[in-house]
Amino acid sequence: MSDMTPFTRREFLCGSLAIISTIASVPTFLRSSATALAAPANDPRRPGKSGQNILVVIQLSGGNDGLNAVVPYGFDDYYKARPALGIDAKTVLSLDDRAGVGLNPALADFKALIDQGQAGVIQGVGYPNPNRSHFASMDIWHTADPERGSARGTGWLGRALDDMGGKVSKTKQAEGPSCVCIGNDSPLAAEGKLIKPVTFDRVESFRWAGRDLHPALAEAYDVVNRDAAAAAELPLNDQSQLPFVLRTAMNAQLASDRIRAAVAKGTETAFPNGQLANQLRMVASMIRAELPTRVYYVALGGFDTHSGQAGRQNRLLSELGKSLKAFYDEMAALGQAGRVMTLAFSEFGRRVEQNASQGTDHGTAGPVFVAGPMVNAGLIGKHPSLAAGGLDHGDLVHAIDFRAVYAEVLDGWLGVESKTVLGAAYGKAGLLRA
Amino acid sequence: MAINTSLASLTDRDFGYAQAQHLLARAGFGGTPQEIRKLQALGVEKAVASLVDFESIDAAALPAGEFAADILRPATTEEKAEYLRARRENDEAALAALQTERVKRENEDRRQMRQLEHWWLKRIIESPRPLEEKLTLLWHGHFASNHRTVRDSYHMFMQNALFRQHAAGNFANLATGIIHDPAMIKFLDNDSNRRRRPNENLARELMELFTLGEGHYSEDDIKQGARALTGYTFNDDAFVFDAKQHDGDEKTLFGQKGKYDGDGFVKLLLARPACAEFVAFKLYRHFVADVASSKLLAPPQGVVVKRLADMLRVSGYELKPVLKSFFASRHFYDDSVMGNMIKSPVQLAAGTIRALRTPVRNMDTLSNAMGLMGQRLFDPPTVAGWDGGPAWINSSTLFVRQNLCVYLLTGVQPGRKDKEKSAYDPKFLTAGLPAQSPPSVVDHLMVTLLGAQRLPRRREQMLTFINERGGMKDDSVLALLLLITAMPEYQLG
Repeated sequence: MSDMTPFTRREFLCGSLAIISTIASVPTFLRSSATALAAPANDPRRPGKSGQNILVVIQLSGGNDGLNAVVPYGFDDYYKARPALGIDAKTVLSLDDRAGVGLNPALADFKALIDQGQAGVIQGVGYPNPNRSHFASMDIWHTADPERGSARGTGWLGRALDDMGGKVSKTKQAEGPSCVCIGNDSPLAAEGKLIKPVTFDRVESFRWAGRDLHPALAEAYDVVNRDAAAAAELPLNDQSQLPFVLRTAMNAQLASDRIRAAVAKGTETAFPNGQLANQLRMVASMIRAELPTRVYYVALGGFDTHSGQAGRQNRLLSELGKSLKAFYDEMAALGQAGRVMTLAFSEFGRRVEQNASQGTDHGTAGPVFVAGPMVNAGLIGKHPSLAAGGLDHGDLVHAIDFRAVYAEVLDGWLGVESKTVLGAAYGKAGLLRA
Repeated sequence: MAINTSLASLTDRDFGYAQAQHLLARAGFGGTPQEIRKLQALGVEKAVASLVDFESIDAAALPAGEFAADILRPATTEEKAEYLRARRENDEAALAALQTERVKRENEDRRQMRQLEHWWLKRIIESPRPLEEKLTLLWHGHFASNHRTVRDSYHMFMQNALFRQHAAGNFANLATGIIHDPAMIKFLDNDSNRRRRPNENLARELMELFTLGEGHYSEDDIKQGARALTGYTFNDDAFVFDAKQHDGDEKTLFGQKGKYDGDGFVKLLLARPACAEFVAFKLYRHFVADVASSKLLAPPQGVVVKRLADMLRVSGYELKPVLKSFFASRHFYDDSVMGNMIKSPVQLAAGTIRALRTPVRNMDTLSNAMGLMGQRLFDPPTVAGWDGGPAWINSSTLFVRQNLCVYLLTGVQPGRKDKEKSAYDPKFLTAGLPAQSPPSVVDHLMVTLLGAQRLPRRREQMLTFINERGGMKDDSVLALLLLITAMPEYQLG
């Protein structure tokens, strides 16, 4: 078990040593992080300029029906399996006329991104012995560990950030969170051994709620929580936890200030309404404000379409496309698109055959959507076979292991050795431009 | 100042209000000033006994834990036959129907899991036997398994009952019980530990995390131990010893030869010198200093852990005598110990409700907050339990912690306009105080909430706050409670 977290005894011992050696400037650690946060955006010392690549992950929860998102309209078996649900070939936005694969028309905005060379679809992504439980399969995608699933305890992004964190100085760590998740729960994917993500559903919850009750309370709260001088009165006791909580409180205020100011300032371009668009707008505003955050995590739920699938899935796909398009328009306006890559995944695809309720049940492999000018535009890899002989008990057989997708993102985009994070080498999915 | 490492009992004269408050916080989840004064009046020995000998306290008023055992159950013979038929005949419709039924049951089980979580959280908040719940939580984090993996709420309930049954009993019963526990067997794959294909998971964690700690066994001990545990499985809700799958041959464990089974293996482990020390460290970590590894203890703390280990050896792993001596000891009330532990999320939530008697409010909101603070009950992240200590607090969880207190005190949730109706009246806290005297109110509330962690400057800051608003107002006590629970040092206890 690790004895370190970003705020462990080891670090607070360092803090204590600083107190001993430079008693006159006691809260050095507080002041230095405060200065760093206040540094102007064009300060070359800031991380997050060119060279600091950012990854945005979109979790499509519920099991997105891959076959009706990325449609194999040239495959007869597709229409046999989906007499009522199949997407009319005439309306499909074709990406490959020869193979006969294209996009659900609801993904028109995503298609526009592809046409701009800013998006791609990795086909048939999955893993061996697929698990059809939402929770178990989601845990597998989060931990990148089909054997142990949630028992692994850390996620692929958390472990990657742990590895990156080792190279970042304490001052930089204090400048802001390396991972921001928007949602009700911290995703397991972002849990590291050392790095814990900053998670909030609304930006207002990333601050003290008592502020809203009375201005005098807000004022007194700030006196108490931004009390750098309090550290000066501390007894010099290495075993005391007090300096740690005082410093964490101070850092929390600074991070909150920065994130809330960023979100309040908003974006340069307009975003559509909707759950995902709102989340991506927040992400965009944080990128605009040059936060040092390397990984953002957002989610869009509702893909568990056991009945009445068409209307619901189309709305969700349309929201995905529109939101991503708006996000990359904003990134382009900011001149930041080149350092922001997006990856959208779902815990599984759905069964090839539709069910009796105009829906589909839990299946296996599915497409992973990627966006950003660094990705190979269009279709990536080969569509899985739909022929009876190519299926496994009526389910798709994956063409690309999801860990090959992660590996390429880690090695080629985030600059972290994938073998360390994933425990083995998985090659590349071919999603990044050569 | 040197840390007092003596395990000799504190004198009653030294057992003041602050000491009684510390005892109730650490051996329980804290309490009101009235409860603390009552405990103090008992004197140290009786105060400790009142917490440790909890069986004599009537807990009948607590909500009974009644949960359905059969939401998830093994398939019946007919169901199995139907599945095999559908599979054989490639009857996709029938397979889909079976899967739909399965998904329905799993959803129902998750609903029950949520109820189970609420039930335990409520028990922690309300139980008149707080130490019983605190120890149950200790064993839950020690022999950690989670519903995500076990995926059977009733098995989690049974495991919780095991921990509560032996909470302050004998550690040997816990260690033996856990290898017969369906949830743990499932969690650590011992249901697939078979004679010809041993699975080492349970054997490894039994030594590394449950009894000895890393470095006190060899890889070969794991292999041999796994053989001893073969055939320890379960059917439906009951432990089953599957003799056909058990490897009854001779094993060599720690240099000793014998035809050990799982129970024999556990007996050997309990007799290892490292075991008592490992358990002693766990107790110390839970009640005194939440550090991730015994290597992080200061040398005097290490001395105390060794003494506790000796006591465990003498008592034959009976926990009560050890807990009694320990909670009465001078070391337990040392300045370096009092008020210097980072509260777990459970401690923070239950402690705030118990000390201030706030409404419990919405259990779903509360358990969501537990999740955001990183300690959802029945959901420790891994078999190693929660990291604890400083890992509880970062800039994200700190706001959740502070906002949980705002929610308990006012019903207000961050960013939400609506507010829960049930109002909180803190009048009882200041009963008998000169209500118009800011210093006496501020002092009293700071003692109540912060115990030993009171910074002199905070008193001034709070008095300034009151004076700038023109003295005590109707809502001043509530305002002070909001501010004091938002102080960084409120995270310590």
